[in-house]
Amino acid sequence: MSFEIYHFITSYNYYIIIFLMISGLFIVVSKGNMVKKLVGLALFQTSVYILYISPGKIVGGTAPILADGYTIYSSPFPHVLILTAIVVGIATLSLGLSLVIRINEEFETIEEDELFNNELNDE
Amino acid sequence: MALTTLGIIRLRNLFSVVILSTIYSFLMATLLLIFDAVDVALTEAAVGAGISTVLMLTVLYYTKMNEEKPRYRSVLPLIICLVVGGLLIYGTYGLPPFGAADTPIHTHISVQYLERSINETGVPNVVTSVLASYRGFDTLGEVIVVFTAAIGVLSILKRDKV
Repeated sequence: MSFEIYHFITSYNYYIIIFLMISGLFIVVSKGNMVKKLVGLALFQTSVYILYISPGKIVGGTAPILADGYTIYSSPFPHVLILTAIVVGIATLSLGLSLVIRINEEFETIEEDELFNNELNDE
Repeated sequence: MALTTLGIIRLRNLFSVVILSTIYSFLMATLLLIFDAVDVALTEAAVGAGISTVLMLTVLYYTKMNEEKPRYRSVLPLIICLVVGGLLIYGTYGLPPFGAADTPIHTHISVQYLERSINETGVPNVVTSVLASYRGFDTLGEVIVVFTAAIGVLSILKRDKV
């Protein structure tokens, strides 16, 4: 039992990540509005950022910029990966948003339900 | 942070949703700062809170401000999310505790980078040296992704039909 409590205290960062991840997933799955879906996707993405970065932190460590007087640095490697991920994230987001604009031009709506209804009425 | 997330789920006015996501991005940048990831925090503040907000507000200008009421109750998505959440919590039992220094992430390749980068590249900021020097090809690929996305956006939004 003591292991359970220890584990719960030492891995609270994972619970934050899981909460954010689940809310992002929930928005993506349940909301019909496309802009909101993209916001949810961004939310999911940022939760993955902390999933990568938080294990790289050492308590008592400092940022990985070499300087005199510091010996413990947090791991620089996840930071590099996530920098790339942020930039790729904004690229996909802009592509998705441009698709939303195009859909709105064509069908006059950004709601999934209305799009399905339009298709059904057309047939 | 949790409050802004719940706000994003509940609110129907898309303008407030976008502003809340900006606030969320700033909170995220603060959190990254606490995790010693200064470079990532800067990028997140500039990209997540700056550029994303501008893009989303532009889209809202071209489309609609309000979200329609959902037609179906969201029970099934909730169940899916709870199941996935349970699995993820089960997964945390295999992960190392927070803040420890003897985990694989600190003993494998990071040490090499931290020890060698000042001699081999002469840059005190290890993140920069890894990004631009050791993993330069990754960064090149990233530039290609951004370029492709730009081409995609331009071709989707092209007004004149061929």
